[in-house]
Amino acid sequence: MLRTNLKHILSEEEFKNVIEQNENVMICCGRMGPMCIPVYGIMEEIEGEYKHVAFRDLEFDAPHSHVITNLPECRNFYGIPFTVYFKNGKVVKATSSIQTMEQVTDILNKNFGKE
Amino acid sequence: MDNYNFDVIVIGGGPAGLTAGIYLSRAKMNTLILNEGTAGGQMILTHEIANYPGVESISGYELANIMKNQAKNFGCKIKSNVRITNLNFEGDIKTVEVNNKEVYSAAAIILATGGRSRSLGVLGEDNFKGKGISYCATCDGDFFQDKNIIVVGGGNSALEEAVSLTKYAASVTIVHQFDNFQAFPQAVEEAKRNTKINFIMESKIIEFIGDESLIKVRIQNQRTNDISEMNIDGVFIFIGYKPNTEMFNGLIELNKWNEIVTDENLETNVAGVFAAGDSIKKKYRQITTAVADGTIAALSAVEYINNLKVLHQV
Ligand SMILES: Cc1cc2nc3c(=O)[nH]c(=O)nc-3n(C[C@H](O)[C@H](O)[C@H](O)COP(=O)(O)OP(=O)(O)OC[C@H]3O[C@@H](n4cnc5c(N)ncnc54)[C@H](O)[C@@H]3O)c2cc1C
Repeated sequence: MLRTNLKHILSEEEFKNVIEQNENVMICCGRMGPMCIPVYGIMEEIEGEYKHVAFRDLEFDAPHSHVITNLPECRNFYGIPFTVYFKNGKVVKATSSIQTMEQVTDILNKNFGKE
Repeated sequence: MDNYNFDVIVIGGGPAGLTAGIYLSRAKMNTLILNEGTAGGQMILTHEIANYPGVESISGYELANIMKNQAKNFGCKIKSNVRITNLNFEGDIKTVEVNNKEVYSAAAIILATGGRSRSLGVLGEDNFKGKGISYCATCDGDFFQDKNIIVVGGGNSALEEAVSLTKYAASVTIVHQFDNFQAFPQAVEEAKRNTKINFIMESKIIEFIGDESLIKVRIQNQRTNDISEMNIDGVFIFIGYKPNTEMFNGLIELNKWNEIVTDENLETNVAGVFAAGDSIKKKYRQITTAVADGTIAALSAVEYINNLKVLHQV
């Protein structure tokens, strides 16, 4: 389990529930490494501001991580974390490797709006 | 955060900045740390820290969290993931503008912005970050199982990471701009002994080319200027670090390497502006040296503020 303050997705079933039950979802699939920790940090920081978005992490080496790593949108990704944004259960954006606060909030604002 | 007036503002939340925050808050100075990224700085890039006295072995992430909590428990405010948009160091009250909106003020400032990995800054580099280009072998090495990769650089990190990447890759080509390496001789020898490693010397990558992911690079020989193309699955870049001091240019004295120049109390040439950690002119850059600097800068700032108070009472 990742040592972050985010809610974790711990099974395939939980993943399905999260994307079915929430209109807007951001999932960061990574490890506890230098490219991933900054993205978790950003998610923790903005979670309170984007109450209409469900923020989750998912461990890259967990058996159920294929729900993210096998997505066609992540086909050409060669850098963790794989961060995927879902709207109504569908992928609207996916990014590979470290991202800045500006990059993340741009994607959130563009795809989910800001309340 | 409603209060915009502080005794001290620390810019940068790595080990130097967090230590300054601990000392300042403990001395009852109203302190704000403003950090561009996640608090912890380069420490969080480190999987295992085994040379921080008092702790046999700890992950950088955990050590960063402990320092952060220590500072917060003494009352220090920490604002992470902010962008500093303006600085004014003139006069007794200095100001820092954040995200083009909030303006914070303080009597003293500590600059602790550390350093970052250099990128090549060539065509296509931004497009293929995470899609073939990486700056972290331990993070992304396993994506390149049986693939052909390039490592750029000639220092210790480049050569050590090149050797570690041979665990995964079919071949590793080291591309280096000079005809000799800056790394320690043992690291060079180990790389040369490894049969999976090839060398392209006196050459630079000038362009990354691909579609959805990286496909090839253009390499220029620095002596002949000849340009060649090489098909490649991945490129790892390890070309050293540079101080995060661009925003202080023109405000305080920097040397020719853009390091902040300080006196022995870690005060810059501007009264009330102190600096600590990897961003200052110094020889050894470690967590221990950063926390020592953070301590000195904090105590000097406390003394500066106390003197200022006495001066204004007279
Ligand atoms: C891969 C790696 C492994 C290492 N391993 C070790 C080790 O095992 N032991 C050891 O002792 N040392 C190690 N080091 C070195 C050590 O991490 C650094 O010397 C130390 O972190 C420097 O601390 P600092 O606070 O000066 O700067 P940093 O750690 O660089 O922190 C600076 C902070 O300032 C922030 N910042 C930058 N620009 C701005 C800005 N404009 N506005 C606001 N904030 C800004 C950054 O986001 C960052 O959080 C390692 C370094 C690396 C890269």
